Amino acid sequence: MNGPTPFWLSAVYVALVFACAVGLAAGFRALLALAAPAGLARTLRTAPLTASFGLLVILVYVIAALFAPLIAPFGEREVVGGQFLPWDSVHLLGTDNLGRDMFTRLLYGARNTVGVAFITTGLAFSAGAVLGLLAAVVGGWLDQLLSRTVDVLMAIPALIFALLLLTILGTSVVNMILVIALIDSTRVFRLARAVAMNIVVMDYIEAARLRGEGLYHLILREILPNAAAPLVAEFGLRFCFVFLSISALSFLGLGMQPPTADWGSMVRENATLITFGDVTPLLPAGAIALLTVAVNFVVDWMLHRASGLKE
Amino acid sequence: MTTAEQTPLLEIRGLRIEGRSEGRWSEIVKGIDLTLHRGEVLGLIGESGAGKSTVGLAAMGFTRDGCRISGGSIRFDGTDLRSAPIRERRRLRGNRIAYVAQSAAASFNPAHRLIDQYCEAPVQHGVMGRAAAMADAVDLYRRMRLPDPEDIGFRYPHQVSGGQLQRAMTAMAMSSRPDLIIFDEPTTALDVTTQIEVLAAIRDIVEQFDTAAIYITHDLAVVAQMADRIKVLLQGEEVEEADTETMLASPRQAYTKSLWAVRSHARPERPPAGPEETPVVSVRGVTAGYGEIPVLHDVSFDIHARRTVAVVGESGSGKSTTARVITGLLPPSAGEVLFNGTALPPSYRSRDKDQLRQAQMIYQMADTALNPKHRIREIIGRPVAFYLGLSGKRLTERVRELLSLIELEPDEFIDRLPSELSGGQKQRIGIARALAAEPQFIICDEVTSALDQLVAEGILTLLDRLQGELDLAYMFITHDLATVRAIADEVVVMKEGKVVEQGGKTEMFRPPHDPYTELLLSSVPEMDAHWLDRLLAERGEVPAGE
Repeated sequence: MNGPTPFWLSAVYVALVFACAVGLAAGFRALLALAAPAGLARTLRTAPLTASFGLLVILVYVIAALFAPLIAPFGEREVVGGQFLPWDSVHLLGTDNLGRDMFTRLLYGARNTVGVAFITTGLAFSAGAVLGLLAAVVGGWLDQLLSRTVDVLMAIPALIFALLLLTILGTSVVNMILVIALIDSTRVFRLARAVAMNIVVMDYIEAARLRGEGLYHLILREILPNAAAPLVAEFGLRFCFVFLSISALSFLGLGMQPPTADWGSMVRENATLITFGDVTPLLPAGAIALLTVAVNFVVDWMLHRASGLKE
Repeated sequence: MTTAEQTPLLEIRGLRIEGRSEGRWSEIVKGIDLTLHRGEVLGLIGESGAGKSTVGLAAMGFTRDGCRISGGSIRFDGTDLRSAPIRERRRLRGNRIAYVAQSAAASFNPAHRLIDQYCEAPVQHGVMGRAAAMADAVDLYRRMRLPDPEDIGFRYPHQVSGGQLQRAMTAMAMSSRPDLIIFDEPTTALDVTTQIEVLAAIRDIVEQFDTAAIYITHDLAVVAQMADRIKVLLQGEEVEEADTETMLASPRQAYTKSLWAVRSHARPERPPAGPEETPVVSVRGVTAGYGEIPVLHDVSFDIHARRTVAVVGESGSGKSTTARVITGLLPPSAGEVLFNGTALPPSYRSRDKDQLRQAQMIYQMADTALNPKHRIREIIGRPVAFYLGLSGKRLTERVRELLSLIELEPDEFIDRLPSELSGGQKQRIGIARALAAEPQFIICDEVTSALDQLVAEGILTLLDRLQGELDLAYMFITHDLATVRAIADEVVVMKEGKVVEQGGKTEMFRPPHDPYTELLLSSVPEMDAHWLDRLLAERGEVPAGE
């Protein structure tokens, strides 16, 4: 088709995509409800469509990440044709600036970017939450020490701090994971501490202390179950932020190093194509956006359930 | 006072209100009729969940979120509040109908001064200008017998005491000279001594302005002082209605009679322990405080096995702080706590498992005392496993035994969460958790003050029975002297961190008393419509506004 797409056609496209998403989400929910055991099935059946859509998207990403070598038609670093080839039946999404298959690299990107983001968030989370809960329960000088350290770390803008640390330590995936985990754990620490502060004043915590319970039991059995809801919500948000940080660092050239496929660097490598009105370079960005939205849908739902809100 | 021939000020007919829970509407008020004439005070009483507050709010044409009026009519001075447009209802509220909530502290906006909040309604409704409203506020503060009426309005809510705040709120409700005020448990959160002041002030001002009032409470003795007529509600239905005098003298329905009967429960004092018997807990010359400020001064008393020592006093008198010293949460700066004759380490951290096991605690608010994420099996099972090392089948068996002991059906309750229990059941679980440790001594911190009378009665009876079966020693912290009469053997009266008087219950309830004990005793409302008049006359207080 020549010339700009008429407005009504765009509207029809958007409506179609939306309808497909809703349909897929509904179908997926029904499928899940059938497959799941009785208790879980009821929960899933009553889940909002946004949540099942989120679950579906996450599932697709996980499959893509796990089975990338099986699904992908070409190798991750394989040059398979000319530069910037258009979409066709062989190269489903065309090729990139070096002639590598775009679809293949998107799949491997899921593996690299999502995997690294997951590990980083997990690290940031365990460190931040454990220290935050500990600070709230023990209090006193330990709380002061941890909280002031966190204050200092948080006073430095996150991205600049990450760039600084990576420049000092050298760029590698491990370093990047550690640096982002450190920076993000400060945010988790603050939340975990604030949430736990409201819980440690409860009488049941006093009762547990008077019973002579140790720190381990206090934190894991008494406090954590009550702090779980806000922490889970934070996990979802944190995951998105970590994801964006990785992509940002990769875009700036300090994250994952070529030729590893990574969504952030893929946007940068193919940025020239945007000038020509091609949508291909934005696909990795879209993949990031879609996952972010999906994760938040699911987290919203979990939070809603945990807080016991009805309507 | 009442002009019965006139058309009534408020007329509610066949009121039905539904509440939404778990996606279904269920009826919570089932056809209530209510008539109120000008200048008349109607007392609404019943347990929590009886629909008192819902009916009270409906009298303003208002329902809480998740509730709806499904039937009946509410006519206020000729206006049908159900069909009146929202603007019309807004015009009435705060202007001709006012509302005084249970917790003044939660109802005042902490960011504004009292007088500014006072002026809000009259200025908003165009009753008077701001300057006039402020002058009026001072006048009403004086009539409400607030100290320093000229200046008190310029304070923020946190700068005045609870009783003063409740009076300021009543004054605020009077600001537009409404025809009807709804009092929703205005003195429930107050001490007995403060309660008197607020009751007297409310009654005076309602009489002075000839305002009609609906007085909602679960305290029968209080309503007897305030109301011309009493209506008893049970589960959204009317049980009976009669003049206060008639109602007090000869209640007709069995339910009303049972409410009356609670008041008369009392257990005789057990014979005192011999002088040679070592007390289970002995508090010796304890002085303690938070930071620099001492809260307790040289507190001493003994608690013997199979005996209940009631520690009474107003809030802030150091009752709960004493409990914190005994449990080791607050190490004292001087003095010591002996357990069976041996001194306990001052901090709970340095006490061994057995010392911790021997002294258990039951809390006032069962809601915050039970971990909401743990099932009953775990709440009761944890101390059993922790102290006695039971596990698996024997642990479950013990938990079931404990549940039977507190009169809850094990099969039904063992896997529930605290949120699936009623207030009284939660408190029973709190008791079971304390018993699970097999202690010799239990501190009961205001365990019945958050419960309805009948439920509280059940808890007291249970504690009494358990004491006999398990040879327990109780320290019973309370400000309610009716509870003391029901359960105590000995009484310790505390004021400002000092023990004012102590002795056996029979002796304590018999004059002569220490002046403070006398004040506490005389402040407990009695089931007699003229009690407040008599008391005020005895104390030589003149009604305000003369």
